[in-house]
Amino acid sequence: MENLDKYFDPKGPFAALRVSQMKRSWKQSNRRELNWWENTYLPMLISGIYLTSKHFFYNVTFHILHLFGIAKGTKGAVTYQYPEMPRPLSSRLRTRHRLTKREDGSPRCVACMMCETVCPARCIEITAAEHPDPNIEKYPSEFILDLGKCVYCGFCVEVCPEDAIRMDTGNLKIAEYSRDSMIYDKKRLMEE
Amino acid sequence: MNDLLIKFILSAGTLFIMFNIAGLLTWVERKQSAVMQDRIGANRASIFGMKAMGMFHALADVLKMLSKEEFIPEGANKFLFNIAPYLSVTFALVGFAAIPIGGELVLNGHSIQLQAANLNIALIFIFAMMSMGVYGVVLAGFSSNNNYAFLGGMRGAAQMIAYEITMGAAIMGVIMVFNTIDMQALDRAQGAYMLGGWLPKWGIFVQPLSFLLFFTAATAETKRTPFDLPEGESEIIGYFVEYSGMKFGMFFLADLVETVLVAALMATLFFGGWQVPYLHADGFYFPWGGHMAMANLPVVILGVLSFFFKVALFIWFLMAVRWTLPRFRYDQLMNLGWKILLPISLINIAVTAVVITLLGR
Repeated sequence: MENLDKYFDPKGPFAALRVSQMKRSWKQSNRRELNWWENTYLPMLISGIYLTSKHFFYNVTFHILHLFGIAKGTKGAVTYQYPEMPRPLSSRLRTRHRLTKREDGSPRCVACMMCETVCPARCIEITAAEHPDPNIEKYPSEFILDLGKCVYCGFCVEVCPEDAIRMDTGNLKIAEYSRDSMIYDKKRLMEE
Repeated sequence: MNDLLIKFILSAGTLFIMFNIAGLLTWVERKQSAVMQDRIGANRASIFGMKAMGMFHALADVLKMLSKEEFIPEGANKFLFNIAPYLSVTFALVGFAAIPIGGELVLNGHSIQLQAANLNIALIFIFAMMSMGVYGVVLAGFSSNNNYAFLGGMRGAAQMIAYEITMGAAIMGVIMVFNTIDMQALDRAQGAYMLGGWLPKWGIFVQPLSFLLFFTAATAETKRTPFDLPEGESEIIGYFVEYSGMKFGMFFLADLVETVLVAALMATLFFGGWQVPYLHADGFYFPWGGHMAMANLPVVILGVLSFFFKVALFIWFLMAVRWTLPRFRYDQLMNLGWKILLPISLINIAVTAVVITLLGR
């Protein structure tokens, strides 16, 4: 820290700033000097091998015990074998959308266009039509949601006054072979 | 004629076993790294629903590599480009010829040394072949007409030459103690006992420093992490960038074969090869006075099993090192090789020489 002079001109512009910056970075990188034994690389080598071997023998023991059907409760690996053994999803995880239904099976949506307005990706497209029931006013004759554009922000769910759209299907497998088939219409959104 | 047949069976058997161990290492590497990191590892390849703990992934790899396009870059030296992977594999495999896998088997009055080639210069032969392996690396880098491959080849050449010198110097201690470079004789010499018959006179007990040096240098020689700068699988580009298909597979195989070779060398030089503690040619002689007579055949079989057990142990250890330690920086690598390991190994030779002279042998 003494010979800062050799790094920059102490009389130049912003010298005080540079000094304070360098002092800070010096403090951050001020590690202890390694002693001779540590410099041989052996202690870290041994402790590293010890750690990985500990994991290895612990896991191998349980894998072998599982082969004989013992100690199934203790896992030898943290792996979830995904397609056969899906990971538990958090209940607040945002997954594929669905349109909730009224008791008669028609969509709860009143085509207020709130979700279409708030959507930052502009992936919702609603066509409103007049509902026969005078208490409801409108219903979506078409409700198109393009999952290829959707960013899963969940704004549509938050903004909906009727609780008509939710993102709680738990369905993550939305992959398709074409962009067109990622465009969901009302019918696909209403089936679970 | 009979001798020729025996030699043929021996060499074919050695080649078969070593090749299969090397092939199996792809599975071992996957599984061991997985278990070490709390994972399960490759387990999806199946034949008729049989998975065999993921062992078929090695087969799937071979199939994939054989069916891939063999691409030769424009402007490459075709002859050298094609011959480089073969050189790598061949020189790695030829070394096994001089490794004794067992003791002396007596069959119908015939005495058979379980070693493909009974060379009296076996150790020098193995080291010569390991040194030749650098040609595969250099030629692959040079002939690809790719600057990155060329640099990778140069890194490989520099590293391998640096560590070969240390490796050669490290085993000098062993050679001086046992006074031979014949591998079979070296193994037999390690059947002696020290400390009133309790401690077998293995290389590790008479030359522990030499073992440490040899282990480090040999790890570097196999071009695996922490010394994998020539290839740099994931980020820095190595000497076989331009290779595809089975030619790449051969470089990969050469790596694994070298791992087996190095493990076998360590077992032979420092852990008594086929020696089993307290087992002599006619049975066990325990230091506490017990004696258990055994015929020749079970003794030899125990010896072969002991050898392969030691090899497996060292392979496990090499893998553990490979999946634990991060890669060295290139200047650290060169510092370690030239400034630390080489002087220590030279001092080791001098001290060993002085001690042997003082002990009056």
